[in-house]
Amino acid sequence: MQWQVLLLKLAEGMLISVEIFTLTLLFSLPLGLFVAFGRMSKNPFLRNTIKIYISIMRGTPLMLQLMVVYFGPYFIFGITTPKGYRFIAVIIGFVLNYAAYFAEIYRAGIESMPAGQYEAAKVLGYNKTQTFIRIILPQVIKRILPPVTNEVITLIKDTSLAFVISVSEMFTAAKAIASAQRSVLPFVAAGIFYYVFNFIVAFFMEWVENKFNYFK
Amino acid sequence: MKYLEIRNLKKSFGDLEVIKDISLDVEEGQVVAIIGPSGSGKSTLLRCATLLETIDSGELLYLGEYAVKTGADGKAVFAPSRQLKKIQGYFGLVFQNFNLFPHFSVLRNVTDALITVQKKSKKEALEIGRKLLEKMALSDKENAYPYQLSGGQQQRVSIARALALNPKVLFFDEPTSALDPELTGEILKVIRDLAAEQMTMVIVTHEMSFARDVADHIIFMDEGVIVEEGRPEEVIDNPKNERTRAFLSRLA
Repeated sequence: MQWQVLLLKLAEGMLISVEIFTLTLLFSLPLGLFVAFGRMSKNPFLRNTIKIYISIMRGTPLMLQLMVVYFGPYFIFGITTPKGYRFIAVIIGFVLNYAAYFAEIYRAGIESMPAGQYEAAKVLGYNKTQTFIRIILPQVIKRILPPVTNEVITLIKDTSLAFVISVSEMFTAAKAIASAQRSVLPFVAAGIFYYVFNFIVAFFMEWVENKFNYFK
Repeated sequence: MKYLEIRNLKKSFGDLEVIKDISLDVEEGQVVAIIGPSGSGKSTLLRCATLLETIDSGELLYLGEYAVKTGADGKAVFAPSRQLKKIQGYFGLVFQNFNLFPHFSVLRNVTDALITVQKKSKKEALEIGRKLLEKMALSDKENAYPYQLSGGQQQRVSIARALALNPKVLFFDEPTSALDPELTGEILKVIRDLAAEQMTMVIVTHEMSFARDVADHIIFMDEGVIVEEGRPEEVIDNPKNERTRAFLSRLA
């Protein structure tokens, strides 16, 4: 196989990785906020349900979770899943998993806000929604950007786990070529691809962090 | 006219009774200073009056309108939220540690509530904000962020922020306690100027000479009760109560 073909195959796999990455963030970042609210809820039933969900998501391997989402409907409920379900299962698994992690980051950020900010807003007459959106959230975002960046970078590498249910993202492609060629070169190339992807994302996140540098 | 009335206010945290049956009136234009040792309940009283703490029993009125009533069972009943929202607009509070919004510029700290809460136009809000910053000698800082200011400047921004909403009663919770000694003077001067303009104020403070100068009425609190109250020359210069005397001599 020529190296152009290798690059083409890897680039195709990369495209799938980017899709998993983008869709996961698109859904899990906002979902995490609702999970965080549930986790901080005064309602003990809701709070404890969310606690158990987060505990399972963080306490079992993502690889296993992907398998449960993909095979579960058939083996547990006897439902035959449609043809395109493989990719959907990957997205559901990633979103559920990452939302749990993001929720805990959000919670840490929200709970770290000094009570004085809420009190000042209350005395000035802001209602709860205005207080959260205008006063609390911008400060929370600044505080949580470093841990969110961490998760986002982990996610890039985690996309390789989709191979477990045979979604041909980049790592799956590299593995297939490597065994056909009896060469480690595809793995090296895949590593470089991941690194470049991460480099771009880290660069972007640093730019966002700098955007929030105007206040302390 | 009575701008603030507190009647038989009681407040406990668990088993600890922090405020034991306190009543006080503040007339329009009056400046009341609350003094007393730490742990005497001064700050809690202020927080109850500004609705930052709930009240166990007693009544709270602003301009004759009920914020808190006594229910049939003797427990405090808060007014419906629409009424409370209206009453919220009657008072402002200046915190000990400013509590400015760090992500807003100085000008936006002063104007944001005008636009968000009072629904004033941006133009009108900026006009009010700039006028108040000029009064606080902070016109050159309107685009600065709180972290770029000294403690005294931050406290002046927070006073401007409270004044922007045009409160009837302005509360101060130890406004100079978080400041370096050389910065307290500029805040005390601002409060003196407000007193000269007949602003109705309730000030919790440790600055005795300032309290004597600026207040019409001094309240000495200890262990959750008003031990002694009256004109500054009575309470501070000729205290009748033993506890007041002990407190003042410790400061002297």
